[in-house]
Amino acid sequence: MPTEGLDTFPKLLLDRARRFGDRPAIREKDYGIWQTWTWRQVEEEVRMLACGLAVRGFKRGDKLAIIGDNRPRLYCGMAAAQALGGVPVPAYQDAVAEELQYVLEHAEASFVLAEDQEQVDKVIEVHDRCPQLTQVIFDDSRGMRNYDRSQLQDFDTVQKQGRDFAAQNPDFYEEQVNQGKGSDVAIFLYTSGTTGRPKGVVLTHDNVLITARNGVELEGLNEHDEILAYLPMAWVGDHLFSYAQSYVSGFCVSCPESGATVMQDMREIGPTYVFAPPRIFENLLTTVMIRMEDAAKIKQRMFHYFMGVARRAGSSMLDGKEVSLKDRLLYALGRLLVYGPLKDTMGLSRTRLAYTAGEAIGPDIFQFYRSLGINVKQLYGQTEAAVFVTIQPNGEVFPDTVGKPATDVEIKITDNGEVVYRSPGVFKEYFKDPDATAQTKTEDGWVHTGDAGFFDERGHIKIIDRAKDVGKLNDGSMFAPKYIENKLKFFAYIREAVAFGDGRDFCTTFINIDLEAVGNWAERSNISYSSYQELAARPETYDLIQESVEQVNRDLAQDPKLAKSQIRRFLVLQKELDADDGELTRTRKVRRGHIAEKYAVLVDALYSDQTSCYIETQVKFEDGRTGKIAGELEIRDLSGVKMKRAS
Amino acid sequence: MNPERPPNGVLLEVHNISLAFGGVKAIEDVSFDIRDGEIRAIIGPNGAGKSSMLNVINGFYHPQQGSITYKGETRSQMKPHHAASRGIARTFQNIALFKGMSTLDNIMTGRNTLMKKNVIWQALYYGPARNEELKHREFAEHIIDFLEIQAIRKTPVGRLPYGMQKRVELGRALAAEPDLLLLDEPMAGMNVEEKEDMCRFVLDVNEEFATTIALIEHDMGVVMDISDRVVVLDYGKKIADGTPDEVRGNQGVIDAYLGVSHE
Repeated sequence: MPTEGLDTFPKLLLDRARRFGDRPAIREKDYGIWQTWTWRQVEEEVRMLACGLAVRGFKRGDKLAIIGDNRPRLYCGMAAAQALGGVPVPAYQDAVAEELQYVLEHAEASFVLAEDQEQVDKVIEVHDRCPQLTQVIFDDSRGMRNYDRSQLQDFDTVQKQGRDFAAQNPDFYEEQVNQGKGSDVAIFLYTSGTTGRPKGVVLTHDNVLITARNGVELEGLNEHDEILAYLPMAWVGDHLFSYAQSYVSGFCVSCPESGATVMQDMREIGPTYVFAPPRIFENLLTTVMIRMEDAAKIKQRMFHYFMGVARRAGSSMLDGKEVSLKDRLLYALGRLLVYGPLKDTMGLSRTRLAYTAGEAIGPDIFQFYRSLGINVKQLYGQTEAAVFVTIQPNGEVFPDTVGKPATDVEIKITDNGEVVYRSPGVFKEYFKDPDATAQTKTEDGWVHTGDAGFFDERGHIKIIDRAKDVGKLNDGSMFAPKYIENKLKFFAYIREAVAFGDGRDFCTTFINIDLEAVGNWAERSNISYSSYQELAARPETYDLIQESVEQVNRDLAQDPKLAKSQIRRFLVLQKELDADDGELTRTRKVRRGHIAEKYAVLVDALYSDQTSCYIETQVKFEDGRTGKIAGELEIRDLSGVKMKRAS
Repeated sequence: MNPERPPNGVLLEVHNISLAFGGVKAIEDVSFDIRDGEIRAIIGPNGAGKSSMLNVINGFYHPQQGSITYKGETRSQMKPHHAASRGIARTFQNIALFKGMSTLDNIMTGRNTLMKKNVIWQALYYGPARNEELKHREFAEHIIDFLEIQAIRKTPVGRLPYGMQKRVELGRALAAEPDLLLLDEPMAGMNVEEKEDMCRFVLDVNEEFATTIALIEHDMGVVMDISDRVVVLDYGKKIADGTPDEVRGNQGVIDAYLGVSHE
């Protein structure tokens, strides 16, 4: 692929418009119909927007904050800012106003491109605390008629100003684009902030482009691929897959109609290249299983029989291994009767490559998709690496590892077991935070991941937990909370789990039930409930969860290193852990420290003789108001564990 | 501005309306007006005659006395088809949707009075009939977008939760492009979040489409927040009329709500 001189995204876009002019670049479902922009049209949109921004005073080095769901115009905003030598700063669209303020203020954003009234309202709320902020541009003008327009402008007007300007200065845009070079800053991506304040990761065009190109070449992606952009634009994965790789390979990105229609849109588009965190694969599988429970007997039997065949033969065939002729024939029949229709329902019938990352995926879930013939692979990545650190190579996919180092990536394990790497994608710095940069990145470019892991005998990397989270029980044995939580979360009935045990005598957990799965089970078992809280507190629910916990304990007992961290007591929380209450990060990782603090009463109760505990919890509604949930929570002791302890 | 709207800004006026079912007097000598572009709330305790009043306005009930002036024309009673064709649309206290039809189809039924081609043309779905249908479908899609119900476009409404059905019903009323929208307890039975969504939609409808809205609502917080003027009924009589603040301080209203014995 010719890459000479195409060292920035705007330069690449000019080239795409020449080479793939009439091919679809981006789609959006609007008013029920998929609207398509070709590469030439995207280039035109970006050019007009960039000129419009320039007219309104956007200069080289300025920051453009971008807030909203995945929308073609917001992606255009990224390229437009880059074309002018500025830096796009995507922010999480569901962030509350204070979180947004932190990003706007810290990144020194002078311009904001917001999707709609909801986002504009948040910006206005924090406006007086962000003195450098001068202009807000919005895409959807609904509900915005009575807003003061002195610092607020709609997208169309800005583009129109750009069009007039470009007519008088036809060479302006190209001049601006040609001033850019690969070592320029391309984007700030704020980390989700599992601990403390989010950090602004500064990536250059070279970082993102080289990594994206390596990925495209490794997997053979081309302009005929299709992808659905539904994960937050502020997240490095979406930036790399839906923006960078699309620009590099020329494939088309489709934006769903709304967050609630993603699954329908996925089915309509039939993406060939899919990225989804394990949670999405889990939810999809849960939905399938629930629907199968309600299906006719004959369908259920067909499903279970052919899934058995798939388990035997499917993933081996995908890995190119020997499979008996009988199984091959049965698999072909199964494809016709079960796998094909199933993949179609899930929107995965054309998928030839799917990645999952961010969290460990349950081996059963992982094998389910692979046995259907969908090439799901795990990768291990970081914002600081512009995603790729390791990828599972084709034919060498093991559920318990994250694969081998990606192209151009070097990996070492430090003496204390931490994974460190060096690659062309390694970030430039944390914005305005030299101390944190120095802590994470060494002089010669090695980056500390903060994850504990090791190379196994096949040369694959295995990640256990965050290095700093790995603790010790009082008897000195290892305690890896995330490892335990993940094992629990692999059960469909458990949505989240939080494990405690560092510096304690034994391990205990909080459990969050999965409302959909447990609710469906309750319905089938004739258990009535009127709210999440009531369902969570039912003794039958506790029995159900106890089965899963005991299974995890049996698994843990197998592993000599972790046998001591079997769960002795657990409780089911009365409310779902939520990012709005600060209990999860925006990428839905549990913030263990914060939870331990907030629910200190419950943690103390777990380590006492109490069999129940009263708790009042503050909840924050989406509009920012707060309410209260209160109730008595049962604490369950696990008798099976005590028996084992005695033996 | 619509030329047929009267210059004084009053869209609809009811004069001395009295309505009785046999010996039961549902409404007694009630008069008030609804100005162009405002949100007008009708409140009152149970059995005060609020829903009856809406039914009188859109012609479902025929009052024994009094008259209704709508867009400058005065008549002693409305007829439902007349009300519909002259731009009055409504939603119902107990949802009245076609349960087996999809959200989209339900909204399309709201366009019925605006469709020019007859049933045979529509069945043929050819030429002008097809173009007409496409035009109406586009409008329906704008409403779906406006009410943010894209995800349930093809779902039969009977399968939707209550709050969503209320939203679909609002969508159907909007599909008729009304000048006056009558909402009978749009937030009843909703949780806080659904209520807030509905409030936002009511305000947006009023602002974006310049639709005049008359609504009955029991949630005082909602009424005081979103309405421009409030009329209070009790036992079929008007006991107060004014801005939310005026009504809030009115002793008669306080008595009606707290339950003072009637002589």
